[in-house]
Amino acid sequence: MSFNLKEYYSNLSKGDVLLAYKGSITSDLINDILEAVEKKLEEANAESKLRKKIYNVLVESLQNLFHHIETNHEGIQEELDPKFGVLIIEREGEFYKVTTGNFVNTKRIKFLKEKIDKINSLTRDELKDMYKFILNHQKLSAKGGGGLGLVDIARKSGNKLEYEFYVYNDNYSFFNLTIRV
Amino acid sequence: MEPINIEGSPKTPSIKFDIEKGILEIRGRSIPENSIEFYKPLVDWLDEYAKDPVKKTQVNIHLEYFNTSSSKCILDVFKKLEAIHKAKHDVVIFWYYEEDDEDMLEAGEDYESIIRVPFKMVEIVE
Repeated sequence: MSFNLKEYYSNLSKGDVLLAYKGSITSDLINDILEAVEKKLEEANAESKLRKKIYNVLVESLQNLFHHIETNHEGIQEELDPKFGVLIIEREGEFYKVTTGNFVNTKRIKFLKEKIDKINSLTRDELKDMYKFILNHQKLSAKGGGGLGLVDIARKSGNKLEYEFYVYNDNYSFFNLTIRV
Repeated sequence: MEPINIEGSPKTPSIKFDIEKGILEIRGRSIPENSIEFYKPLVDWLDEYAKDPVKKTQVNIHLEYFNTSSSKCILDVFKKLEAIHKAKHDVVIFWYYEEDDEDMLEAGEDYESIIRVPFKMVEIVE
């Protein structure tokens, strides 16, 4: 059975949700989300150390979407905004869970999978070394991405990156990434 | 040369140079989507500044958050400072972090291990 976006989104939105969004990921939207979440975390009295970690993970997740999201979704039978992405922030026990979702071209799956598996296989110190290496040796892309986002997310959250690719059609899969902070 | 003076915004820090004190300060949040564009004026300014720096340059990095896109630009800024230091001018970087913010301290230490300029880690106690 092929991936069903509606079902996916409604399943995700069942928990103790702080914020749920689906639509275009623009620079202004990122501002609005950051501001809203900052306020909610303050109201929830989350300790400042945790708040900062969540904020950092959120910035990187959203900007990863912003930089890498597909701008056209040819052959996808959904009414999608350009730069379509999904973001859910929820509370689950002692964790905060940040989930992002977006359609990716089948050709990019292998690269993403290898990158995440590599990150997940590293210890804390190895992640630090990887971060420093990329920081010092790789140039920023024209878009401003530096290949550091996922490494930084793994470092700050201290947890493994949980992901899934749901096949949509021959050209696209839906990429779900969950980070527990 | 004109001292640099850039106002802050919700996604970008303020950048100021006090020529009397020789203090360059970067303060606030640095989370723009396009950090190259934001940091270019500072990098260019430092190129000019390097030709005739004050006797002792102190750089205060007082960031609450920065994204990974900024982290590379900050490294570029530090590399400019490293060149000034290498040319036998006094340069010191004060890296500020809030007392419980181990991530920010660690980020400072990451830079300290890459850049050959004296760093001072300064804990801000509320």
